[in-house]
Amino acid sequence: MLELKKVSAGYGAFKALFDIDMSVQAGEAVGVIGPNGAGKTTLLRVISGLIRPWSGTITLNGQEIGGKPAYEIVAAGIAHVPENRRLFPRLTVEENLKIGAFVHSARGQLRERLAWVYDLFPRLKERRNQLAETLSGGEQQMCAIARALMSRPTILLMDEPSAGLAPVIVDQVFELVQRIREEGFTVLIVEQNIQSLLDVVERAYLLEVGTIKLAGTAAEMREHPFVRTAYLGM
Amino acid sequence: MDTFLLEAMINGILLGGVFALLTIGLNLIFGVIDVVWIAYTELVMVGMYAIYCLYSGLGLPLLVACLIAVAFVTVLGALVHFLIIAPILDSPPINQLLATGGLLFFLQSFATLLFTTDFRNIGVRLPSLQLGGMFISTARLLAFIVALIAVTCLYLFLKYTYWGLAIRAIAQDRHIIGLMGIDQRWAYGITSAIGGALAGLAACLLVLQYDIQPFIGNSFGPIVWMNCVFGGLGNLVGGFLSAFIVSEIIAISGYYISTDLSYACAFAAFIVIMFFKPRGIFSK
Amino acid sequence: MKRNLLFLLGVVVITAVLLLIGVPVYTMHILVQVLLWGAICSGWTLLGRFGITSMGHGAFVGIGAYGVVLLWNHLGITPWLGVPIAAAAAMLLAFAVGYPCFKLRVVGRNFSLVTMAMAVVVQLTIIAARDVTGGSLGLTPKAQTSAPLLALQFPNKNVAFLFALGFWLVVLWVMTRLNASMTSLSLAASAEQEDAAEAIGINVAREKLKVLLLSAAVTAVGGALLGQYLMYINPETLSGSPVSLQILYASIAGGMYTVLGPTIGSGLTLALTESLRVLFGTRFIGAANTIYGLMLILFVIFMPQGIWGTILSKLQGRTSRRARSLL
Ligand SMILES: Nc1ncnc2c1ncn2[C@@H]1O[C@H](COP(=O)(O)OP(=O)(O)OP(=O)(O)O)[C@@H](O)[C@H]1O
Ligand SMILES: [Mg+2]
Repeated sequence: MLELKKVSAGYGAFKALFDIDMSVQAGEAVGVIGPNGAGKTTLLRVISGLIRPWSGTITLNGQEIGGKPAYEIVAAGIAHVPENRRLFPRLTVEENLKIGAFVHSARGQLRERLAWVYDLFPRLKERRNQLAETLSGGEQQMCAIARALMSRPTILLMDEPSAGLAPVIVDQVFELVQRIREEGFTVLIVEQNIQSLLDVVERAYLLEVGTIKLAGTAAEMREHPFVRTAYLGM
Repeated sequence: MDTFLLEAMINGILLGGVFALLTIGLNLIFGVIDVVWIAYTELVMVGMYAIYCLYSGLGLPLLVACLIAVAFVTVLGALVHFLIIAPILDSPPINQLLATGGLLFFLQSFATLLFTTDFRNIGVRLPSLQLGGMFISTARLLAFIVALIAVTCLYLFLKYTYWGLAIRAIAQDRHIIGLMGIDQRWAYGITSAIGGALAGLAACLLVLQYDIQPFIGNSFGPIVWMNCVFGGLGNLVGGFLSAFIVSEIIAISGYYISTDLSYACAFAAFIVIMFFKPRGIFSK
Repeated sequence: MKRNLLFLLGVVVITAVLLLIGVPVYTMHILVQVLLWGAICSGWTLLGRFGITSMGHGAFVGIGAYGVVLLWNHLGITPWLGVPIAAAAAMLLAFAVGYPCFKLRVVGRNFSLVTMAMAVVVQLTIIAARDVTGGSLGLTPKAQTSAPLLALQFPNKNVAFLFALGFWLVVLWVMTRLNASMTSLSLAASAEQEDAAEAIGINVAREKLKVLLLSAAVTAVGGALLGQYLMYINPETLSGSPVSLQILYASIAGGMYTVLGPTIGSGLTLALTESLRVLFGTRFIGAANTIYGLMLILFVIFMPQGIWGTILSKLQGRTSRRARSLL
């Protein structure tokens, strides 16, 4: 459903992605791994329209979305949970969620959507009138994911949802991801926490210095000698 | 207590209402778009001339003239954004300062060209209220009440509507705003239009108190600026409060010292505050 | 060095020719003002080119002009002494505002706002002290008819021109010297990254302060000479924020990364306002400044490097890194 063909992108004169080919099927969970600075975040940014691709095509259900502004891409059904969560610190939890429902298709259903995400994340309901900056790291991550879900995306992009969280909380985050999958969402996750990631995704790509070095099912990746030595430390 | 001092203080608070409008307008633009509109109070001047033309020139009822003037300045605010600010959004902040400074020259001179530097007024003077030996200006009382109502409306807009929410969110993190499905250009345009509307409203309230001349913006501009910095640039609540604090300082020191020097004192205080509390007196 | 000598020689020759063939008085009047404003703008640029944008140099112009005239009119101190005293006063103000600013890292837009407030304070104080300064009505230096030069008053435009030229040349010399100095290097380094510069042992605050003081002194002397030349000063035209803005615009219009840029900017600004004034006469007051304001806006949007800077970079076929990143 999401398809990237020979996508290149970068910042200023600096090229960070080189001819990326990648696809995500409906209902699938796909992971992207790679060392720091590989271009993982850049990849998500170019899909969600935060930066424009330099070349190549990005299609969603056959429709070209490459180069469209971010606000149109959200409306087309791609939501992005950015790196470091990026909640609006001085808006309340509920306001953060409400702004996630800014797209026209979501506005009419604010109540239902809120009830639904509160159902998914009861903790957020308890804290809905609290300023986002006062949430704990784990709660902030929940809130960021919930905010993205408010637009009822067809694909959810997540950038290192477990970064900076204590091990117990990391496990909770991956449980969350699992739950979201069970709700029927298609997800594309960037993670450093490769063990746990490979438990929740079906396929994964390995990105190194802006190119895709390896691709395969979770099991294949886990068994691959290169991944094992370089990333899983075995 | 000395009734003259009390009178000065009450008038100071009443004056604060209009300053609060302008401070919030400028602070909103600053916080959301992150540009400095040097020419903001010139929009007030334009609004005052608009009312003058519509009321004294065309003979429209005052209320109608005011409504049209507010609409006109609202559009002008948006135009300033789309024509001048939008093309240089990514330039260094100083360019934006310079461009709006050019706008200041332009608006003042254009008004001089059209209306000369003669003082004009619409010939409406509201009587003073007498209250236990004190004279309270009705025009100021009216301005105060209307300003408070307007600020309340703005609060409700920012608090409860989608675009209001978007505008507040942008001020906190402008880079990911697209991910929420918000078109930043619209949000900026709306913000500038609101800024214009507040300036237009201030014009309606001030036209009842002051004569109109092309440089009248100079009499409010620096004060409004100072209020913004006092309250913390971009901080709406801080700006609102500091508008009252500053106008009270001016009223009281104007009572004890001379008016000219009281303004100079206020600016000197401003400089010192910038040293120690560059984010405003309410910052931690 | 050789180029500088050549330049100086050229200036001397041109001056000699101008004086010999006799230039119309009106042209001379414009030339004097271009040189003086050019020097003032160059003084502003000393600081401005490091990305430190003062919007308050009008305060120094005002202190220079008013200081000299007040000392002369009220205390009978000759402007020959008055100029250094006024320059020292301007430096004192620059120190009082600049020291905390640079120490506490009030930079960028905030520095611009602080300096703007400084100019407003000076202007309001001049207006408020109307008993000695004449307030908004302005002030005329007491004429010294017997030996005008003793009171730094110019008997004719040619003498004024020579003075202005001399001052202008000194300022240009200061400018080139500063460009070649350590201070300049370390400030250029700190313009990019203050912390990094501090880390390699540069006292950024002190270097900035030095340049600010120098810049204030130059501007004050320029203001004093302008006052002496025009023989009339008032708080609108020779102090305060409008003047500050005009200095800024002229410097930037000319381009502040070249030695002649600020002067060219002042020349163009004056030529423009004068010709618009002549064109529209007194029938359309405000028309000239309307067009001026409009041009400023267009200018910032379409030619952010300044006229001279744009021409130079076109000639060189490239944009210097600094010229691109700063205005
Ligand atoms: N805003 C930016 N401007 C310039 N260069 C950038 C920007 N963001 C990222 N880069 C560069 O692009 C390259 C890829 O960065 P990216 O953030 O995509 O890496 P990443 O794989 O997400 O790394 P990490 O695991 O540390 O998050 C890096 O070399 C980085 O320095
Ligand atoms: Mg990343």
